Amino acid sequence: MAIIDSRHAAKQLIYERVFRGATLSAAILVLLILGGVAVSLVRGAWPALAHFGFRFVTREVWNPVTDEYGALAPIYGTLVTSVIAMALAVPAGFGIALFLTELCPPLLKRPIGVAVELLAAVPSIIFGIWGLFVLAPVLQRHVQPFLIEHLGSIDVIGKLFKGPPFGIGILTAGLVLAIMVLPFIAATMRDVFDTVPAMLKESGYGLGATTWEVIWNVVVPHSRVGIVGGIMLGLGRALGETMAVTFVIGNAHRISSSLLAPGTTISSSIANEFTEAVGDLYTSSLIALGLLLFIITFAVIAAAQWMLRRLEQRVAV
Amino acid sequence: MNRRAFRKLKNGMFLSLSLVATLTGLACLAAILWTLISHGVAGMSWHLFTQMTPPPGSQGGLLNALYGSAVMTLLGILIGSPIGVLAGTYLSEYGRNSGLSAAIRFINDVLLSAPSIIIGLFVYELVVVRMGHFSALAGAFSLAVLAIPVTLRTTEDMLNLVPLGMKDSSAALGAYPWRTTLSVLYPAARSGIVTGLLLAVARISGETAPLLFTALNNQFWSTDLNAPMANLPVVIFQFALSPYKDWQDLAWAGALIITLTILLLSIAARVLLAVLQTERGAG
Repeated sequence: MAIIDSRHAAKQLIYERVFRGATLSAAILVLLILGGVAVSLVRGAWPALAHFGFRFVTREVWNPVTDEYGALAPIYGTLVTSVIAMALAVPAGFGIALFLTELCPPLLKRPIGVAVELLAAVPSIIFGIWGLFVLAPVLQRHVQPFLIEHLGSIDVIGKLFKGPPFGIGILTAGLVLAIMVLPFIAATMRDVFDTVPAMLKESGYGLGATTWEVIWNVVVPHSRVGIVGGIMLGLGRALGETMAVTFVIGNAHRISSSLLAPGTTISSSIANEFTEAVGDLYTSSLIALGLLLFIITFAVIAAAQWMLRRLEQRVAV
Repeated sequence: MNRRAFRKLKNGMFLSLSLVATLTGLACLAAILWTLISHGVAGMSWHLFTQMTPPPGSQGGLLNALYGSAVMTLLGILIGSPIGVLAGTYLSEYGRNSGLSAAIRFINDVLLSAPSIIIGLFVYELVVVRMGHFSALAGAFSLAVLAIPVTLRTTEDMLNLVPLGMKDSSAALGAYPWRTTLSVLYPAARSGIVTGLLLAVARISGETAPLLFTALNNQFWSTDLNAPMANLPVVIFQFALSPYKDWQDLAWAGALIITLTILLLSIAARVLLAVLQTERGAG
């Protein structure tokens, strides 16, 4: 016969409160981390922002000797390398996702999918040394001379391909970034394509459409929000990627019109200079760069998550 | 050319392009692995595991770096994963539909893709500046911050997969939610949670950027958590960019070790998940 033991019940209630409290505080800690990141970056960046004001983001100068710092060159490098990466990785990622969902023999679907995901697991420093020791020499010897010779003399776009072939530089960094973000974009797009109901696709085929027509007119419109979300997620990665870029960008704080010239990005400036920075203003300027990167990537990733979430809700309904 | 032939041609063209894209992606993975193996095997020897990182121009190994990486990764997981698992438990069991949970889920997904160098700066400001010096502890702490979102996400997903009937049965026996979670849900989702831990280890063991200004590096053997500590990623970074042949060889060997470890961990995590899914399917 069970007798309700009030002491036992009270103890259970205490355990319950403790456990619930522990899980809740862990969950709230996640919010605090993001808040802490924002607060600590603003505090660290404050001396530089107060000293330079808005000029910090509009000036190209970066001179530790005279203690003058402007973020324009890293911002430019970050944006241009990311644009190059996205221009290459988005079509390629789209192609891979399309191949995996529509064309691939079922037997190969899983191995190829896993291979793409493994490419995403390779640490960025590996992409960095591979880019520096393998990709850059190939580009220097074969690709860049070709670009300079054939595109360098054309009126407007020729400016992008002027100068000696260094091997390392903005273009190489963009290329390495493209390979890095490719698996993220491909995997997200594949998952998004998989959410398209088979009935919609079969209706397209039933009307006599070719595979490409079904993809372009049924699959893509149906998963538009998810595709954009996947692209933004890839962009977030590309903007913040550090080690791979640091190896191949050349680390020059200047803006040059040629894509073959060395440059710098926000993250690679921080990685290269932070431990060697002497003086409060120098350190603070590097943290201010970090704050800029945080704001840019936060906006991009938040937009991506918002879009992917909208898609999930639609699928759930 | 008639319209039908044109449509077929267009179809064939785009489908071939998608094949080319896939082959390019696979070729990149193959090229990277091939480079690592061909450069790394040359540097492989027992010295790697018995000697310290050398000064330029002399023989040496990676023992202190391997040790430092293992210690900081382990500490990072030990600090980060309980937080991730508990927070995931809250999202799945207590606040599944609350506004707070939606906000936490959103922030967690943002943290999951946030640049790791930003986390490094955060820990620098929070720990290194306060303590006044670089330390292994700060490095482990930054890795913990990176491990939290990974474990949180997988824990929540895996707990959501546990059949509702099991939870209801436990509740019907009079168990409080904490008892149900510990005795029913965690055992049922065990392999899924372990998968999350493996993925988190794979994620943080190759991280370089956040260690650059938290753990820094150390040329010598050190077990002091309160002092800078050598670690594989930063050693690879410094040695690969050096002009010395010995150092570059060590960097390649280190790169091979780290990549194989991470790929094996990722594959193990996937195998575990596949086993879990077949069990579910059979049950």
